[in-house]
Amino acid sequence: MNDRNNNSLPSIPLAMTLVGQTVTFAGVRNAGRGLTHRLAEMGLMPGESLEIINRGPGPFIVAVKGSRFVLGRGMVNRILVRPE
Amino acid sequence: MKDKHLTIALAGNPNSGKTTVFNAITGARQHVGNYPGVTVEKKTGSTTHGDVRLDVVDLPGTYSLTAYSIEEVVSRNFLLDEQPDVVIDIVDSSNLERNLYLATQLMELGVPLLLAFNMSDVAKNRGYNIDEKKLSELLGVPIVQTIGHKGKGIAELLDAAMAVSQDPQATSRQRYPNYGHEIEPHLQQLANLLEEKCGIRQRSRWFAIKLLENDAETIKRLGQACPEHIEELTLEAERIRHHIESICGDAAEIILADRRYGFISGACTEAVTQSVEVRHERSDRIDAVMTNRYLGLPIFALLMFLVFQLTFSVGNPVVDAFDGWKGDLAGAVGGLWGESGADSVLRSLLVDGIIEGVGAVLVFTPLIMLLFLAIAFLEDSGYMARAAFVIDRLMHKIGLHGKSFIPMLIGFGCTVPGIMATRTLETRRDRITTILVLPLMSCGARLPIYVLILGAFFPERVFKVLGIYNVTNHALWLFLIYMIGIALAIICAKIFRGTLLKGEATPFVMELPPYRMPTLKGLTIHMWERTWLYIKKAGTIILAIVVVLWALAYWPKLGDEKHAVFEQQRAIVQADAHADKEQIADRLEEIDNAEHEAKLEHSAIGRVGKTIAPVFRPCGFDWKISTATIGAFAAKEVFVGQMGVIYSVGEEADEESEPLREKLAAKYTPLIGFCIMLFSLISMPCMVTVAVTVREAGWRWAMLQVGYLTVLAWVLTTIVYQIGSRLV
Repeated sequence: MNDRNNNSLPSIPLAMTLVGQTVTFAGVRNAGRGLTHRLAEMGLMPGESLEIINRGPGPFIVAVKGSRFVLGRGMVNRILVRPE
Repeated sequence: MKDKHLTIALAGNPNSGKTTVFNAITGARQHVGNYPGVTVEKKTGSTTHGDVRLDVVDLPGTYSLTAYSIEEVVSRNFLLDEQPDVVIDIVDSSNLERNLYLATQLMELGVPLLLAFNMSDVAKNRGYNIDEKKLSELLGVPIVQTIGHKGKGIAELLDAAMAVSQDPQATSRQRYPNYGHEIEPHLQQLANLLEEKCGIRQRSRWFAIKLLENDAETIKRLGQACPEHIEELTLEAERIRHHIESICGDAAEIILADRRYGFISGACTEAVTQSVEVRHERSDRIDAVMTNRYLGLPIFALLMFLVFQLTFSVGNPVVDAFDGWKGDLAGAVGGLWGESGADSVLRSLLVDGIIEGVGAVLVFTPLIMLLFLAIAFLEDSGYMARAAFVIDRLMHKIGLHGKSFIPMLIGFGCTVPGIMATRTLETRRDRITTILVLPLMSCGARLPIYVLILGAFFPERVFKVLGIYNVTNHALWLFLIYMIGIALAIICAKIFRGTLLKGEATPFVMELPPYRMPTLKGLTIHMWERTWLYIKKAGTIILAIVVVLWALAYWPKLGDEKHAVFEQQRAIVQADAHADKEQIADRLEEIDNAEHEAKLEHSAIGRVGKTIAPVFRPCGFDWKISTATIGAFAAKEVFVGQMGVIYSVGEEADEESEPLREKLAAKYTPLIGFCIMLFSLISMPCMVTVAVTVREAGWRWAMLQVGYLTVLAWVLTTIVYQIGSRLV
């Protein structure tokens, strides 16, 4: 859990990543406690790596812990990731 | 041992195959109800295993037992309050880590637990090698392999459930995550406080964890159990939370979630080996096409069109056959009275009221069945979630997100479960907006109206597409109607989100399940559940309404002197020596029709209809359509039943009487037909929808829903009719 607060690499919005890229989840901008917790319970927590499977017309499909998630258009601009 | 019985609760993630296991255990002996006070569906079923009766409760599918959604709260309260003898957690074996998260929470809760590693065949195909014995030891919970859709491992699962229920050590053997030296001492401290101050001995660790997570539901529960100390407890928990956050840099609940995943991952590293990385490979390949940024929407539109096309091309011939039988039945029953029975009240009630009214609704059962089958297929195959994905951008523009679209798709079957499905939306704003526009998703009960109208006014034509595929113009019309509904829903949602329900769009996160071939059993059960509701409704509510409507159309009867006038006219025509046989028959029929019309206008329903008719005149509706439109408020399909009654009461019914469609075609124009469809699509939702909206959103929103939809229906229909009648 030590690398989760590693700020050596700048984080970028998920919206700026490309299909096929693998990135590390860093957090969500302007997220309330509830959202962060809900994401964590689904496996999306700081330090977790995620792979961009597909980007549709707005939303993204990402792979986390062997599952596929749809992240909506609003979310992909708020989720911050670090390229691996 | 004869009357021994066991309560089993099934828990599990959405898409873990929980429903297939439930179906495999209970078969068709299922009962769908609601959890008290909330509209979460409660599915129960029962079976016998050996000499023990098993009552099985299918808990809603959840990822965890945090109280963020109503489903989670319901599941948790059920486990806490009802204390089932055994809890079976259905785990997708091909996605162990995420699925076991719920298991760790169940273990922390201290319920007698049993894990069903479902879809074990899929896991093997994907190269997972799971050492169940070892994993079972590491978790301290028995594990049984199952393949739900094939019914494999179910007997073993029930054996294991019996064993767990008889094992007093079952819960104490369970392992749960250790949260480390920064957190464990604080948990212990909170647990001690709970035991000392509130006397909570059972599950004190679990309550301590929930306090640390700042779980609102738990605080409420503790507040009731221990009102004098709750403030002290929450203050202490708050202090610890701050402390942990300052040391670890993350909120306590995030660290707890992280440790739980760590615990699972530790166990899986020891007990699971993976030979190849293949999960989702096939699904991803399908998705590369289905969710393609350019192809996604056209594919979705095409699929929806195919649903209607299939419903029509397969269903219509069956409906026609049913319609024929209905006519035969009416003739046979009517014939029982013989020549003298024309005036029998009972005969009119049976033939004109019940057979023509309820029958008109029932003959459409095959169509409804096919529609529900298609929707069940979209749901079970995993396509629904993809539809939410491809529509997200569009939905985002109107201030909702893709997830709102799933209740809308379900609304194509029936608005009521659609409204229930809005429970999965996170914010009230999104829920209300979705509920408000949901009735615009044309439901299955409106299908009979369209089919009746299309059959009457638009002669069926078949086009060949690509030289091979037959498409009927009826399917195209139907597609148009549904698209009008979707377009209006989008516009109205946009307006609501910009005015009454302003606010930022909510975050959209949703799991995309792998595609699965739906099983015949699952599809059949889903289809039958909903179809049976339709049939039951026809036999109860609609029957009652139709009888009332029949009575209103039958009484008061035309006076004898009026009848005498028509008889006199008949005598004059028959005595006419200059006319040939054909002319006489034609003129007699004209008189028959005029008498029928006079009888109806004299009846109660005729008087009511005439009173309200001016309101509907701009839409092109006469008083008969107007009354049927009002009747449709009780249930949309009543429109069809009521037209059936109106057009048969007072008529000298015999085997030769023409089908309703022909009567309509003779009476109205295709433009009016289209206006009927348009009005039925938009106008006020049925009574049940209103009742559910009141329960889910409150009176004010329900009244707004009824009001705006009715006004919108009237305005649009009037525009179409007024413009249309000037053009034609």
